[in-house]
Amino acid sequence: MSALPGSHDQRPAKWVWIAGALLLVAALVLPFLVKNYRVFQFNLVLVYAIAILGLNILTGFNGQISLGHGAFYAIGAYAAAVLMDRVGMPYWLTLPFSGALCFLLGFLMGFPALRLAGHYLAVATLALALAIPQLLKYKHLEHYTGGVQGIVLVKPDPPFTFRLLDQPFSADRWLYFFTLAVTIVMFVLAWNLLRGRVGRALIAIRDHPIAAAAMGINLPMFKSLTFGVSAAFTGVAGALGAVVIAFVSPDSFTVTLSIFLLVGMVVGGLASITGAFFGAIFIQFVPNIADELSKSAPAAIYGVLLIMLMYLMPTGVMGMVRRLWARWQPGARRARMRGVQPGSSVPVSHDHLTKESAT
Amino acid sequence: MEAFVHQIFSGLANGCIYGSIALALVMIYQATHHLNFAQGEMATFSTFIAWALIQRGLPYWLAFLLTFGISFAAGVLIQRIILRPVEKAPVLTNVNVFIGLLLIFNALSGWIFDHTVKAFPSPFPQESALKTAYFSAHESGSFLVMLAVLLALYAFFRFTPVGLAMRAAAQNPESARLVGIRVSWMLAVGWGFAAAIGALAGMMVAPSVFLDPNMMAGILLYGFASALLGGVDNPWGAVLGGLIVGVLENLLGAYVIGTELKLTVALVLIVGTLTLMPSGLFGKRVVTRV
Amino acid sequence: MKFKHFSLTIAGVAAAAISLSALAQKKYDTGATDTEIKIGDTKPYSGPASAYGTIGKAIAAYFDKINAEGGINGRKIKFISLDDGYNPAKTVEQVRKLVEEDEVLFVFNPLGTPSNTAIHKYMNQKKVPQLFVATGATKWGNPKEYPWTMGWQPNYQTEGKIYAAHILETKPNAKIGVLYQNDDYGKDYLKGFEDGLGDKAKTMIVSKVSYEVTDPNVDSQMLSLKGAGADTFFNITTPKFAAQAIKKAAEIGWKPTHYLNNVSASVGSVLTPAGLDNSVGIITTQYGKDPTDPQWANDKGMQDWKAWMAKYYPSGDLKDASNVYGYGVAMTVVQVLKQCGDNLTRENVMKQAANLDMTLPTALPGINVKTSPTDFYPIEREQLARFDGKTWVLFGKVYDPAGN
Repeated sequence: MSALPGSHDQRPAKWVWIAGALLLVAALVLPFLVKNYRVFQFNLVLVYAIAILGLNILTGFNGQISLGHGAFYAIGAYAAAVLMDRVGMPYWLTLPFSGALCFLLGFLMGFPALRLAGHYLAVATLALALAIPQLLKYKHLEHYTGGVQGIVLVKPDPPFTFRLLDQPFSADRWLYFFTLAVTIVMFVLAWNLLRGRVGRALIAIRDHPIAAAAMGINLPMFKSLTFGVSAAFTGVAGALGAVVIAFVSPDSFTVTLSIFLLVGMVVGGLASITGAFFGAIFIQFVPNIADELSKSAPAAIYGVLLIMLMYLMPTGVMGMVRRLWARWQPGARRARMRGVQPGSSVPVSHDHLTKESAT
Repeated sequence: MEAFVHQIFSGLANGCIYGSIALALVMIYQATHHLNFAQGEMATFSTFIAWALIQRGLPYWLAFLLTFGISFAAGVLIQRIILRPVEKAPVLTNVNVFIGLLLIFNALSGWIFDHTVKAFPSPFPQESALKTAYFSAHESGSFLVMLAVLLALYAFFRFTPVGLAMRAAAQNPESARLVGIRVSWMLAVGWGFAAAIGALAGMMVAPSVFLDPNMMAGILLYGFASALLGGVDNPWGAVLGGLIVGVLENLLGAYVIGTELKLTVALVLIVGTLTLMPSGLFGKRVVTRV
Repeated sequence: MKFKHFSLTIAGVAAAAISLSALAQKKYDTGATDTEIKIGDTKPYSGPASAYGTIGKAIAAYFDKINAEGGINGRKIKFISLDDGYNPAKTVEQVRKLVEEDEVLFVFNPLGTPSNTAIHKYMNQKKVPQLFVATGATKWGNPKEYPWTMGWQPNYQTEGKIYAAHILETKPNAKIGVLYQNDDYGKDYLKGFEDGLGDKAKTMIVSKVSYEVTDPNVDSQMLSLKGAGADTFFNITTPKFAAQAIKKAAEIGWKPTHYLNNVSASVGSVLTPAGLDNSVGIITTQYGKDPTDPQWANDKGMQDWKAWMAKYYPSGDLKDASNVYGYGVAMTVVQVLKQCGDNLTRENVMKQAANLDMTLPTALPGINVKTSPTDFYPIEREQLARFDGKTWVLFGKVYDPAGN
C-alpha cells in the first residue's frame, strides 16, 4: 500500500524543508559546475521525469496499465514541433498547447479504457504506441509532420547572457532553468492533485473499484479524467523534449520509448511522485553505463542491471526508501515491541505484519 | 477473385504464425497469470540453437527434439532461478524482469549468432501431399502442427491431473497449496512448456520468415494482439485470434486502406473489438464477488 | 667582416624561418596531438538496427591494424564509438559527448538518416566535421550550406535513377510494381526512381506497396503486385525482406524483371537463403565487391580483406557485406588523415576530404573515390550487374552521374 503524500501522519518535518531548500540551491548552481553536454543530459532527465510522473498518475495511483505512453509523448513533441516550425509559435507557448491536446486525446482514450482491464488495457495502449509511428509517416500528413525525415527545430537562445563560475549562460543552461521551472510546476501540480480527495479517490478506484463506486465516486468520469491528466503530463514532457533535442522524427518514438517509460516508473516506485526522478535517472544513464561495459551486447548488460535492481528493490527505489523509513520510525519500533493491537489505526509497515502474525 | 482468395490464404498462413506465438503466450498466462514479454526472444534463441545443431550435421528431427527439450529445461530454470525471487512482487515488477530477459536474449542472439539472415529448413518437403493450390507444403504443415499443439494443450489442461493442478496454482495459489499442490513447481513447469511451445513456434516460423535476431520482434506484438483478441485464457481463442488478425491485415492492406496505414487500422479494429467484448472474442467473462 | 655578418644573419634568419615554419606546420585542433588522433562515431549497437553495429567494430579493427603498423604519420588513432540504438535523441546526446566531453577531432561515419539529420545543424554550427556519414540519403552532399558534412556511399536516389534509365532504355512499356520499406531509406530510393522515370512514372508504375520492419513478411504485398499485373519489379527492401520477396515471387510463379537495391544484393546473405535458382536474372548496381561472390575469391583486394578479418576481427562474419563497408570507409578516412600530414585542424580535415582521388581494393574496377570542393559525393560510380545463378555478372557501362 502506498502512503499518500501530505496525509496527516506524514507532514514533512522541519529538516525536510531545509534539505529541500539546500537541494534547490544545488539544483540552481549545478549547471555552472559542469559542461554543457552534461547540462543537456540533466535536461533530458527532467523531461523523462515529467513523462514518468504522468504515467505514474495513471498506472501507479490509478491502476490503469499503459504500455503506450510513448504515444502521448510523441504527440506532444510533434505538436510542439509543428507549432514552432510551421506556425512560428515561441517554444514556451507550445507547452500548454501540447498539454491540452494530449489531455483531450487521453480523455478520449479513457472511454474504451473503461471497458478494458489489466492485460487487455495494456495491449490496447500498446496498440496505440505501435500505430503512432506509422501515422507520423503517413504521406497525406507529410506536409505537417515532415514524414520520415522529421522536423529539425531551432534551439532557443537564452534571453540574456552572463557568466557564473567562469561558465557562460549558454542555450543549454537556459533550457535547464526553463525545464527545471516547468518540472517544479508539474510536480507541484501533481502533488496538489494527488494529496487531496482526488488522490484518495484515485487510489480507492485502483484498490477497491466496486467499493469506490458504492461510495459515490463517478468511476467513468474519474478514470477518463485521470487518463487525460496523465496524457497531458507526458505530452508536456514530449514538447519539452522536442525543444531540448531540437529534432523530432518517427524513429524517435517507437514502442521502445513506451517500454522504457514503464521500466522507469517501476524502477522509481509505483505511486510515488519523487520516484519519477529515480526512474528518469535510470533510463537516461544506465544505457550509457551498459554501452561502456560492452559493445557487443550493451542491451544485455542493461537487461541484467534491470533484473538485479528488481531483485534488490522490487517496489522500486521509493518503495525501498519508504520501507527503510518506516522501520526507523520511533512509533513503529514501539509498536513492534508491544505486538499487534487489534483495531489499531496506526498505519504499520507490512514487515511488522508478516513477522508478528504467526498465530 | 483469384487474387482475393490468395490474399485470404496468405493471411491464414500469417495468422498461423501469430497464432503459434499467441499459444505460447496463453500457455504462460494459464500457468502463471503473467504475460511473458520475453516469449518472442526466447523462441528466437531456441530456433538459433536448433539452427546451430543442424549446422553441426544433426538431422532435422533430432535437432528439433533436442531443442524442444533444451527449451523446456531452460524455461524451468528461468522460472526457478530468475523469476522466483520476484514471485511475490507486484505484477509490474515481474514485467520489468520480463523486459530485462527480452533485452538479454535479443542481445545474446545477435552476439552469438550474428545478424546475417539465415535460412532454416522446413521438415515438410516442398512437393509433398501437403502442398495445395493456395498453401505451400510448409504452410499446411505448420497449420497442422499448430492444431496438434492446440489439441494437446487443451487435452492437457482439461483432462490431466497435472494440467488441473497448474490451472489451480495459477488461479488460486493459496488454496492450491492447501490441497498439496506444489505451486512453485507448477509455475516452473508452466514456464518450461511455454518455452518449448515458443521454440516450436520459432522453428515453424523461421523457414518462411528467415532467421535473424529480430525475427520475432514484430510477430510478438501481433501475437499479443491475437492472444488478447481471442481471450487471453483460451488457447482456441489465441489461434482464432491469430488467424483473424492475419487475414484482417492482408485484406486491409490489399483492398481497404493500403499498406501505409494497415497496421494502424488493424490495431484500431482490434481495440474496438476489445471495447465491445472486453474479455476478447472467446475469453471467459470474469465475474468477481463483491 | 661584413659578408660574414651578412651570411651569419642569413643563416640565422633561415634557421629561424625553418624552425618557425616547422612549428607553423604542426597545427592541431582539439582531438589531435603529436601522438594521437581522436575520432568519434555513433552506431546502433543495440535496438532494431543493431545488425549495423558490426560496421563500428570493423572500423575499430581496421584502426587497430593501422596502429599496429605505426599509426598515421606517427600518430595513433583513438577511436571512440558510442551506442545510439538508432534513436535520434540518443544520437544527439552521444555526439555532443564526443564533441564536448571526449573532445574528438571529428565525428566519422555516424549511421542512419534520422540520426544524422538530428546532428546536422549542430555539427555545422560547431564546425566539427561530420565525415563520411553512413547513409545513402542524398542530402549530405551540400558543401554550400553544410560545409562540414560529407557522405560516402553512392546515394539512393542516384541508384533509383539508374534503374529507371535502364527500364526506359530496355523496356519502355513496362508495367512496374514497387515494394518499399516505409521509412526514409525506402522513400529516398522511390523518389530517385520516380524522378528517373519522369512523366512516365505515373503511367508505368502500376502498383506501389510498402511494408514496416515490424511486419513478419511481405507475402501479402507480393501477391498484390502480382495481382496488379506488373511485369517489372523494383525491390527496395533490407536483406531479410529481400530474401522473403525473392522466395515468395518464385512460390507464386511471378517472374518479373527484377531490380534489387544494392543494400540487399549479397549472394551469401540474401540470394542463398532465398534460393540461388530463384534469383537468376535479378539486376542490381554494384560499387563494391561482394565477399560471398565466387568471382572475387582469388582477388587480391578481397584476400587481403579476409586476412585482415582473420587477424583483427576474427569474430566478424565473413559473409556480411557490412564488414567490407567498414573496411572501405576506414581506409578512406585514413587516406584523408595521411593527406593532412601535420596540419590536423578540422578545417584541413574537411579540405583534404574534399580533395580525394583514390581507389579502394574492395571496390569494383572502375569505381573511384573522388571529391572536390564542389563535389561532396565521394563514391558516385556504379555498374549494373545481373545474377546468373552463381555470381553477379557486371554489364553495361559504369554510370557516373557527375560525369567524372
